[in-house]
Amino acid sequence: MNRFSWCDGSFYPEESLVNQRGGVAVYDGQDKTAFNSGTVMLTTHRILWKDQKNRNCVISLPLSIINAVDELPSSFTKSAKIVLHLGPAEPGRPPGPVTNSAYHYIRLSFRELGHQEFLKYLKEEIKQKKWEVQSQSPPALGASASNTTGLLPRQRPGIVGIERSIQQKNKETNKNISQAFLDLRNLMEKAKEMVALSKTIATKIKDKQGEITEDETIKFKSYLLSMGIPNPVTKETHGTGDKYYIELAKQLSTLLAKPIEDCGGMMTLTDVYCRVNRARGMELLSPEDLFSACQSMEFLSLPIRLQTFDSGVSVLQAQNQDVEEIVTNTTAMVQKHGSLTSEQLAQFLELSVVLAKERLLLTEKMGGLCRDETIEGLRFFPNLFLTQT
Amino acid sequence: MADFDWPWQYKFPPFFTIQPNIETRKKQLEAWCSLVLGYQRQVKRYNLDVTEAQSSELFYNKQLNRRLSLEAIYIVLDELKRRGNLEWKDKNRKACTLIWRTPAEWGKIIYNWISSKAMNNTVCTLYELSNGEDSEGEEFHGLDKEILVRALRSLEAEGKAEFMDFDGHEGVKFF
Repeated sequence: MNRFSWCDGSFYPEESLVNQRGGVAVYDGQDKTAFNSGTVMLTTHRILWKDQKNRNCVISLPLSIINAVDELPSSFTKSAKIVLHLGPAEPGRPPGPVTNSAYHYIRLSFRELGHQEFLKYLKEEIKQKKWEVQSQSPPALGASASNTTGLLPRQRPGIVGIERSIQQKNKETNKNISQAFLDLRNLMEKAKEMVALSKTIATKIKDKQGEITEDETIKFKSYLLSMGIPNPVTKETHGTGDKYYIELAKQLSTLLAKPIEDCGGMMTLTDVYCRVNRARGMELLSPEDLFSACQSMEFLSLPIRLQTFDSGVSVLQAQNQDVEEIVTNTTAMVQKHGSLTSEQLAQFLELSVVLAKERLLLTEKMGGLCRDETIEGLRFFPNLFLTQT
Repeated sequence: MADFDWPWQYKFPPFFTIQPNIETRKKQLEAWCSLVLGYQRQVKRYNLDVTEAQSSELFYNKQLNRRLSLEAIYIVLDELKRRGNLEWKDKNRKACTLIWRTPAEWGKIIYNWISSKAMNNTVCTLYELSNGEDSEGEEFHGLDKEILVRALRSLEAEGKAEFMDFDGHEGVKFF
């Protein structure tokens, strides 16, 4: 009898009624109980017993714990009974009317007949084990249960309903966002390790310099070496405003002096931006901050300066870059090839096209070149107007 | 025309792009002015129609596949005007007279020819001078009437000739 639980008489979502009989008494083993006159209901999952007088008094027994079923046919003085042999009580079941029982079976006494039909259905249901389908997918049950509770407020009419649905949506969005950023946080934690790792690789490669011959390895090495500023100047460490820009300008100058020299004394601001931010790793610079820092370079008399060409292209230029030299070199280059477009010059000097064009325009401005503008593009010639009579 | 001695610039592609550099442009326009005047002189033309000129060999080097744009042609013509070698015929600047020899120079040439022919103190009609059989082969043969009149006027100012107009026939008497 201790296998029974109190319940409210409602069914589970998957549960359905199979059969019911009135005038049934429940016996705990051989003993009579208080549940002596009520309706017994057989569902796909349980046996429910409802008191005839007190409709709120309902007890239930899961079919899963029924081990065997016996029939006691009616006699002259006794009504027909069904004996249910029960297994051990399910752990964690809801409280029932009896906590302890000496018997491992109960009897249902059918005073108003119909026990045979009930028995037939009961055996069938035990055989079919529909409750297992349900218990096999508890998450589905949980989801559908939460869904029904989730749907209920939404179906509420009026402003409260709308507000609740909005609240619910916000809650879900917040959950999604925090989940998404959880990944990002992990990445950021990992990134510091990655930078450290790349540094160690870089130093390792540096030590073994002699052994590296392949182009790709050299390239890889240069990438690694150009990575990582040990203590990037940030707003946190160097405050805001001028002081920040000044420190940043100094750092940029030390970082970029070598690369700028390598690529011919000039680097467009866009390239600078990419390079610097790759080197900084996590402490990224905004374009505005970078530009402001570059502007303060001249004032600080650093070896590299910001220069803006007439075309609006901004570059960082090595201070030792001589305009005269550029003009002479470019003129010589054009003379050697007869005429050049900016694309061609870019190829010869391994510069970006923008910078090559700036060189040509500068040289033209100084009178070293003259232009031939056609639908095919802009081509530069040696300035024969001035040199040839 | 085929034997016109084109300057080296005519075979230089940048010649057909107006140069942005001021110094270079100055040299370039100089070259253009002398080319236009030299060419006009070679073909003995005094007038220039801008629309026609666009596709003439003067402004269009077919071998090089380069042509001076209309805009650029006007820049060249304006430069000629500034130098006093050009006069616009209309307000729309569609046609112009190119003065590759000044009226006084023309007058001098004509007077020299009259003197060599010993036609001093004789009266000639303007038609005789520019289109007559006698003047064939002379530089001023086929000279634009307007320019001829101006040349004679300059001679008149010098006292070497007198411009006459009788019954609609214009004539000139050389002294």
